[in-house]
Amino acid sequence: MCSLCGILGCDDHWTNAIARPGVYSRNHDTQSRRAEESRRIKAANAVLSFRRLKLDVWQGRSYVVASPTGGSSVFEALSHLWPEAEALAGREFDPLDENLMSWMEEQR
Amino acid sequence: MTTPVVLLTGFLGSGKTTLLQRLLTDTSMDGAAVLINEFGEVGLDHHLLDRIDDNVVLLKSGCICCTVRGEVADALENLNSLRAREEIAFDRVVIETTGLADPYPVLQTLTAHPVLRSHFTNGGVMTTVDAVNAELQVEHRAEAVRQIAAADRIILTKTDLADPENEAALRARLGRINPAARIATTLDSVESILGDFGPTTFATPVAGQGDHDHACGPDCADHTHHHAHGHHSHHHDDALGVTSFSLVIEQAIDWTMFGTWLTLLLHKHGDRIFRVKGILALEGEDRPIAVHGVQHLVHAPTHMEHWPEGPRQSRLVFIMEGISPDQVRRSFAAFTGISAVRAAA
Repeated sequence: MCSLCGILGCDDHWTNAIARPGVYSRNHDTQSRRAEESRRIKAANAVLSFRRLKLDVWQGRSYVVASPTGGSSVFEALSHLWPEAEALAGREFDPLDENLMSWMEEQR
Repeated sequence: MTTPVVLLTGFLGSGKTTLLQRLLTDTSMDGAAVLINEFGEVGLDHHLLDRIDDNVVLLKSGCICCTVRGEVADALENLNSLRAREEIAFDRVVIETTGLADPYPVLQTLTAHPVLRSHFTNGGVMTTVDAVNAELQVEHRAEAVRQIAAADRIILTKTDLADPENEAALRARLGRINPAARIATTLDSVESILGDFGPTTFATPVAGQGDHDHACGPDCADHTHHHAHGHHSHHHDDALGVTSFSLVIEQAIDWTMFGTWLTLLLHKHGDRIFRVKGILALEGEDRPIAVHGVQHLVHAPTHMEHWPEGPRQSRLVFIMEGISPDQVRRSFAAFTGISAVRAAA
């Protein structure tokens, strides 16, 4: 269920689409799903570290984003990551922000 | 198997219903169900479509972009139920929106609705543009610009009434607003209008691939930059500050980081990014992946069967309002580690 609006079955994000004919997805089976999830968490953490946040899997089914001051937020689909992270950080993640772009360049 | 839903949109009086009537005479549309969103108390349009009255559902709540979305969902669910009970049969759906509709909420409904997304898919956006009055509409009405930006195919109407010079100027302007859409006219055959139509059609070269199709004026801030490396171009249009901008990336892209970047970009700026459309060469994939989005929405990416003619390089087109193309290019490079200069190497 969507933790933002309460709608059931909302986790079909385009980056992780349910595998079906013609659709590109890495969501074919448990192994590929978990491997892609691991990569997505790593990619997200590269961005989240800009505000000292960290994302992890929570109890194998959900996600938790945590701040260095002990704050945390649990949600069920990675499509909700950015609203949750911004609420926790109290600041936005703007990919066009010069400081965030510089941060991402430094990560590489 | 999902059923394609074609969205027929266009500004008030631009000839949507006339076009729909004509399209429905074609045998390829025999299996189409039609949903008409009607603005106002009296339903006129559906009377014009009695040929398919068994499959017409009239949406009565007015503007589709703010109040009818639930009814669009209900109407599609109803159609699906009727088909499941074998009371009707159809193999595609056409939704004619009101002239003031923003196409995004309907597309969002198709993608996000937990039931509909299993049965229906985006079949493409067809936008009618009045060749006589479009200039004025584009200047003053954001809805008209959004409809053009969302189009996979633009159909020029009333071209028989338009001055040829004005039509040529309008075509150039439409190309600046939405370089990824193919333009047809109502004088073309139905086969030509419908041929190769769909949301992931890439038969039309994406503007900006070449170095010499740059349509900027002399005041273009990025003009020097564009010609310096030729890996992105952009087109301004005065209409509400709309800019279309394309990136060409020769290096294979990391899908995961690309997804993270585009998700975040549309999360923050989807209100100002009317359209994203592209074909991607991903790391570890031989076949191209097509992505397309409207505002905050990105449809499920399509795994294409083969590369279109031309070089095997990623191409992304953005249609944006109030965002600098250089900002997007720099952001893409910062997140993916692929710069245009590196791509040129």
